[in-house]
Amino acid sequence: MKADFGTALDPADRAREADRPRSLLTRFSPDQPLRLDAGIDLSPFQIAYQTYGTLNPERSNAVLICHALTGDQHVANLHPVTQKPGWWETMVGPGRAIDTERYFVICPNVLGGCMGTTGPASTNPSTGMPWGLDFPVLTIRDIVRAQAMLLDHLGIESVFSMAGGSMGGMQVLQWCASYPQRVFSALPIATSTRHSAQNIAFHEVGRQAVMADPEWRQGRYFAEGTNPRRGLAVARMGNHITYLSDAALHRKFGRRFQDRENPTFSFDADFQVESYLRHQGSSFVERFDANSYLYLTRAMDYFDLAADCDGVLANAFKDTPTRFCVISFTSDWLFPTSDSRAIVHALNAGGARVSFAEIVTDKGHDAFLLEEPELFAIVRGFLEGAAKARGLSR
Amino acid sequence: MLTRIKHDLTMAEAVRGPGGARVDLLVVAEMVAPGAKVLDVGCGDGELLRLLAETRGVDGRGIELSREGVNECVAKGLAVIQGDADTDLSDYPNDAFDYVILSQTLQATRHPRIVIEHMLRIGRHGIVSFPNFGHWGIRLQLLLGGHMPRTDNLPYAWWESPNIHFCTIKDFRQLCGVVGARMEKAVALNAWGGALRFNAPWWFWNLLGEQAVFLLSRRS
Repeated sequence: MKADFGTALDPADRAREADRPRSLLTRFSPDQPLRLDAGIDLSPFQIAYQTYGTLNPERSNAVLICHALTGDQHVANLHPVTQKPGWWETMVGPGRAIDTERYFVICPNVLGGCMGTTGPASTNPSTGMPWGLDFPVLTIRDIVRAQAMLLDHLGIESVFSMAGGSMGGMQVLQWCASYPQRVFSALPIATSTRHSAQNIAFHEVGRQAVMADPEWRQGRYFAEGTNPRRGLAVARMGNHITYLSDAALHRKFGRRFQDRENPTFSFDADFQVESYLRHQGSSFVERFDANSYLYLTRAMDYFDLAADCDGVLANAFKDTPTRFCVISFTSDWLFPTSDSRAIVHALNAGGARVSFAEIVTDKGHDAFLLEEPELFAIVRGFLEGAAKARGLSR
Repeated sequence: MLTRIKHDLTMAEAVRGPGGARVDLLVVAEMVAPGAKVLDVGCGDGELLRLLAETRGVDGRGIELSREGVNECVAKGLAVIQGDADTDLSDYPNDAFDYVILSQTLQATRHPRIVIEHMLRIGRHGIVSFPNFGHWGIRLQLLLGGHMPRTDNLPYAWWESPNIHFCTIKDFRQLCGVVGARMEKAVALNAWGGALRFNAPWWFWNLLGEQAVFLLSRRS
């Protein structure tokens, strides 16, 4: 039986969030174009972002949070669309490891996103319609370049720290390679310097699911009044499995039935794990744009820091002044510890000041978003040490 | 292999100096020039790195095998990575550090000679501290007791000890000759943490020193 992925959010509502987000907003006028790797100048464009805490008079306590593929700028506040808590409230907030009483936290929605920063769901000023597939293909470098323009606009020359998991970690690494003097300390978590063939493969399955939905209409679903929620939900279901682990799924669901004693001998969601995945799919389509999913997964696929440095990763971080803390999780098979070790290896070869911790957990890739006391202790300790070196008072 | 648990295994009941720091670590710290760049291989819970940062103002890095030790170090703000002295030292470029330290680590490695050679390659100086298996108390246990020695500092039964390559001061000097290391300084500590007389002959150190600390450099 086909899953019901609902119609919770009207496409028009989502389009409104893309153009007029309930967030802080900076617009870059036509005289400040964003030069993309695709060779196109994006202009005008806008960046939606959230901030927490206060920037000190020296402007030296800023922490940039880079969100993951399906995240957004709502790190530590109620999400305006889903009405759920921010995605990293366990990490960011007053007295938390990233302490907003001490640091000024900024999180921008990524370029290509759908929560207010210019992306395929935004209105194309030359047509008055959503960009759709007319939007240029992006790279992680483009996303970071846009963030650098936001920091310029905010008058922040260098950030005290930068943290992100997964695609957020890719942005952190790209920042450290592109603008080493602007990053005092960096926390790349559960990430890699290049997207692996396996990860590209998972993304391709997700994209094909979206495109196979007849309501996708070559990306013109806003104009045609359709919504490819079924395809996007299936993409999300597939990806979500890769964020967990066999052990975590087994612990959570085992082979238990959902609200029934016996199998129904049908294709209903008999198993709890099926019901859970369907829920993940349907709640995702409420807040996310299908084309954004295509563009951002593509940006991740293209990411390969070493390729930008003649294949020598160490050159990406040569003589870097940044203090690094690389963190991985034992059960993360999407961005395994070996990927983090490759980062550490390259940083060591470049003489960087690097810490590296692997955290034991069965929660898989998603562990960076979850309650992991050891993760919090490590982030807190690393930032304390960096704050001392930066001369930040308590 | 580096230390497997939080604290250096060999130093479970170590003698401590006036400030609470382990005497052998104080001896190591005294050999390090202020402000130097230091790699502590097998840094345990980071006690030496912290001591070096506080008393010598060094730029310290650490490698530690146990995840528990690493995570404790990072949470203290120390730059420590999880790694294995036997396999991961080859990743470091030549002359990357002023000092590479093996504090109570060497006897727990699988290939002490290779580890020492890497130490001399990566660092302009090397500092090695280890328990002296030539100490009279240890000799006596083997001679009269007929069993593998166990002391306060070396409390493990032979079948569970992480220390797989014990040596005497005499043996270590021989290794220094084999790998072409120059001995710049050597200190032997007695059971009470006191340094033995400087002008004593080597056989005397080898008999009465419970711990030894060597400052080495590459023979140019």
